[in-house]
Parts: sequence; structure tokens; C-alpha cells
Amino acid sequence: MFFDHLVLGATGEFLNIGDIIATLVIFILLMLLLKKFAWGPLMGVMQQREDLIKSEIETAENSRLESQKLLDEQRSLLKDARTQAQEIVENAKKQGEVSREEIITTARAESGRMKEAAVQEIANERDKAISAVREEVVALSLLAATKVLEKEISEEDNRQLINETIAKAGEVQ
Amino acid sequence: MEHGAPMLEVFGIWFNLSNVMMLLVAALIVFLIAFFATRNLQLKPTGMQNFMEWIMDFVKGIINSNMDWRDGGRFHVLGITLIMFIFVSNMLGLPFAIVVNDNLWWKSPTADPTVTMTLAAMVLILSHYYGIKLKGLKGYSAGYIKPMKFLFPLKVIEEFANTLTLGLRLYGNIYAGEILLTLLAGLASASIFGFAAAILPMMLWQGFSIFIGAIQAFIFVMLTMVYLSHKVADDH
Repeated sequence: MFFDHLVLGATGEFLNIGDIIATLVIFILLMLLLKKFAWGPLMGVMQQREDLIKSEIETAENSRLESQKLLDEQRSLLKDARTQAQEIVENAKKQGEVSREEIITTARAESGRMKEAAVQEIANERDKAISAVREEVVALSLLAATKVLEKEISEEDNRQLINETIAKAGEVQ
Repeated sequence: MEHGAPMLEVFGIWFNLSNVMMLLVAALIVFLIAFFATRNLQLKPTGMQNFMEWIMDFVKGIINSNMDWRDGGRFHVLGITLIMFIFVSNMLGLPFAIVVNDNLWWKSPTADPTVTMTLAAMVLILSHYYGIKLKGLKGYSAGYIKPMKFLFPLKVIEEFANTLTLGLRLYGNIYAGEILLTLLAGLASASIFGFAAAILPMMLWQGFSIFIGAIQAFIFVMLTMVYLSHKVADDH
């Protein structure tokens, strides 16, 4: 028949035990060799990559959380700083007010004291001038009297007389 | 069109040398691709590494759609090797076929039922092995009378049917593709008119065969994982 060669086992009248053995040996040998030289290393690399990606994702997640935490921290710190700054400004204002008040008071007191001292000084000077004038008047009177009278009067009597005269003159004034 | 096979007997065991050679070629190509793609591995993948990682993720997706990764992770290497080996094997027969002394040497290794049935049987035996290993002999045996006891004969038949369909589906698809390619090549080499008539269907069929080869590699791995998960996973 024309199609005889299509029938199973048409290649020979024998069961090809040799082919079966060859197929098995070649395939299993190929599998073992590939496992050692190709699939093993490749699987290792793929596993390595998987691990790497896993750890990278973990790291990224961690650093994201970390940065979120830091951001929150910074935010609260900034808020604190702002409040503190406001407080400081307020304090400074208050302090300024107080010291202004103080300075004005001090200045006022100082000027009062200086005025008082000046007044005192003036009074002193006046008293001094008056007593000086008095001395001068006594001396002059004494001189004039001596010249006018040409009379020997004891020094003591003279002075007493003059003082009386001055006192009278003071009363008249 | 009807070609023989270069048979060799060693110690009473028959080898189809064409199969052995093509299996070696496919294994070598797969190994070289995978080997050079995974040199100079980097965390930031480039070029071929991207491609290999895509295949790994693809097979991982297949496994994950069938079972928990805790159970299925151990089949990852099997799945990747299977899908690449079968895909490359399917592609090998597409560009040309080499016939020496009326013996067909260059073809897809998966266009031979012995090869595909061996792979299918290997997968099914693996599924039984892991079924017993992971669930114990008791849990493994209980799988045959679930959900009802009278299904036991059907369950037994299913195991053989699975093996047969898994192997023969791949063989049939690839072998049919090669037959048609051979017919078209014969037409093309017959005369100048034959060449003109054959060129368009030839291109179409080769394109379609690439598609078929990729799909069959995917289906084989998919079903492998389905059968494995039947035996390994707790509920289904």
C-alpha cells in the first residue's frame, strides 16, 4: 500500500530500544547540564533580583516613613520657633516700655535734684556775698569813724559800737 | 518519498542513527543557546538574558496555572528543558531534509514516534514517582478511586491514554508537517511549473509549521504539568 510507511513502527520491524535509551539519556543529560550551567545561575540571578527589589521596596518604604517623621518634627519645631520668636518680641516690647518709663523717671529725678542743687548754690553764694558786703561795710565804717573822730577808742569798744550800729542798720532795713 | 532509516544493531539493541544524531543536534543547539545566553549574568538583564528569563517566566506561568508553586517549583527545570528541547526539535525538520543512500538522516527527532513516546512515558512515570513520593503510597492509591469507586477501571485506562495521546499528538503534528513539506519539495523539484506552483504553499506551510512546532512544544509542557499536578496536587 502507498500509505504503509505512515503506519506506526513503519521505520523497521524492530522496537527501537536503542532510540528509547538514546532519547532518555540525551534528554536527561541535557537537563542536568543545563541545570548546572544555565538554569541554576539564571534562577540564582532572578532570585537575587527578587530579593534586591524586595529589599529596595522595603528601604524606600522605610525612608518614606522616616522622612515623613522628620518633616513632622521639623514642622512642629518651626511652629515652636515661631511661637518663641513672638514671645521674645513681646517680651522685648514690654521690657522696652518698662525701661523707657524708668529712664524718664530717673531723668526727671536727676533734673529735679540738679535744680535743687543749683538753687542751694545760689542761696549760699548770696549769703556769702551779703556777709562779705557786711564785713566790708564794717571795715569801711570803722575806717571812716576813726578818721572822723580821730579819737582813741579801745579796739574792743570800737568793735562793739560798730556791731551795734550794724545791727541797728539791719533792723532799719 | 519513502525513505528508509539508518539502522544499526549494537549488542542486540537497534538504534535508528538518524534519531540519535538529530537528538544530539537538538540537545547541542539547546545547550549552546542556553549556555551562551546565561554567560555574564546581570541583575539588570540585557539581550539574551531577557529572552531566557522570559522563557523561565513563561514556564513558571504554566506551572502556576496548574499547581501551587510549593509543589510545582521542582518541575521548573524539567519544564524549561522540555519546552526548549521540543521546540528546537520541531524546528529542525523545517528548513530541509537530508537523504543519503535512500536513508533519511536529517529530520525532526520529534517526527519519530519512538522519541515522542519515550518523552511522554518519561513524563507519566515521573508523575507516578512524584505522586507516591509526595502523597505516600496510600494517598497515591486513593487517587484511583476518586471521586467514585467504580471509576477505577477508567482511571487505569486514563493513565495509558494520557501517555499515548501525549506522545502521539506531538509525533502526529510534526510528522504530518514533514510529510507535506516532503511532498511539496518533491513537487517543486519535479519541473519549473511545479516549482512555481509549490513555492507559495511551501512558504505558507513552513510558516504554519513554525507555529505548529511552537504550539506543540507549549501543549506538551502544559499537559506535562497538568498530569504532574493530577498526581501531586492535593485537590483537583
